[in-house]
Amino acid sequence: MYIKIGFFLMRIPRLTARAPVLRAFAGVVLITGLAGCATPGPGETRDGVFDPQEPANRRVHAFNKRIYSRLSGDGEPGFVESLPNPVKNGVVNFSDTVALPQTVVNQLLQGRLLRASRNTLRFSVNATLGVAGLIDVASPMGLPEDRSNFGETLYVWGFPEGGYMELPVLGPSTERETVGLFVDFFTDPFAYVLPSPQRYVRYGARLGELMIKRSDYGDAIDAVMEGSADSYAQARVIWLEKRRHELGDDSIEGSGFIDPEALDTEGF
Amino acid sequence: MGYFTSRRGFLAGALSAGALAGLPGVAGAASAAQAEQLVQGLVGDVNTVIASGASEAAMIAEFERIFVRYGDMPYIAAYVMGADGRRATGAQKKAFTAAFQGYAARKYGKQFRKFIGSAINVSGTQKVKNAYQVATVAKLRGQSPFEVTFFVGEKSGRFYNMYVEGVNMLLTERTEIGAMLDLRRGDIDAMIADLRQAG
Repeated sequence: MYIKIGFFLMRIPRLTARAPVLRAFAGVVLITGLAGCATPGPGETRDGVFDPQEPANRRVHAFNKRIYSRLSGDGEPGFVESLPNPVKNGVVNFSDTVALPQTVVNQLLQGRLLRASRNTLRFSVNATLGVAGLIDVASPMGLPEDRSNFGETLYVWGFPEGGYMELPVLGPSTERETVGLFVDFFTDPFAYVLPSPQRYVRYGARLGELMIKRSDYGDAIDAVMEGSADSYAQARVIWLEKRRHELGDDSIEGSGFIDPEALDTEGF
Repeated sequence: MGYFTSRRGFLAGALSAGALAGLPGVAGAASAAQAEQLVQGLVGDVNTVIASGASEAAMIAEFERIFVRYGDMPYIAAYVMGADGRRATGAQKKAFTAAFQGYAARKYGKQFRKFIGSAINVSGTQKVKNAYQVATVAKLRGQSPFEVTFFVGEKSGRFYNMYVEGVNMLLTERTEIGAMLDLRRGDIDAMIADLRQAG
């Protein structure tokens, strides 16, 4: 593990050579982040989640919830909801296309060469035939959306999940995912190709995509945020289960097999 | 018909029939087929209710009936109540099971209603220890398809859990019931009263 961290630190100066302050910051985040990816002991919460920073996370959750209820606007169709479908699809497809180079880099780091080459093809097709990524012509051609990030790369390399985290605005995460997020932020291949203002287009597109997805799944998110007895604990268990499923990680307690005969059901 | 009357075809047919007949004794394959049948029946009933176009209240009442018909209710109730179930009285346990049924039908039924015009298809069955995992794919209009996996107990022959895109219903509901108990400082009767209104 220490060798891997060392490997990261060696790479950082090259990757962020243009921003010395950011480089130092990224280094600190990596060291504290990965060192902090502690392996949990026995389940700390009722649902077996490792959440050593729960009080701080709950404060962030309260903040996120205020933003969410401000944006969802009580039953009235919001701005995002009222947008015509072609516009929404355009934003989502564009965001996917500009994120593809990063996905390819990560899949190469994960040793998933087939998926990396499929995504390279997907990028070429959508960036050209798909009018700069606005139309997803690759999916019907058998090249469906398949995203990855550095959080997944860290999982593939064997880093532990670490404690649960809730990030401001971005929502649920883990220590491993948060480190991945920072690394992705500083290693986007687009940033090396595009001049300064254009390279931030990607983050605008991503934010737009997030807002569209949140409005598409509004009812389900409302059910968790407004309808549950403890929205923090619900969001935590649901997000962790979904993320572990995406990663194919079934090693963690709570996501494993539930024995249909190992309970005393007397009286129920 | 011609296939079975040719000699090679007859042999192949006899072999596959023998394989089917021989499997139950080896790995409980008849149960695997039953598990798949159970989920087919469940999915078929849910699809029928969705297609009926009845009112929301009527649909939810139907969903509760389906849930009770196919689900291992005592197991689900005992699991979601978790450790707190051990200190519950017999009457509380019965009341909890009944309240949970209605709550689950309301909560999941509201989500099912959006499946109008959609199709849920069984894609495969796998045996894991003493349970069968029946994988289905739900195709919704205008959305990418997603996986719903049903877990059927080998002994009970009923479904006791489902995963929607990897999200475990039993675990999620245990968290929710635990949170409801915390809100009532562990008062089981108060939690059951809340549960009757929730979902």
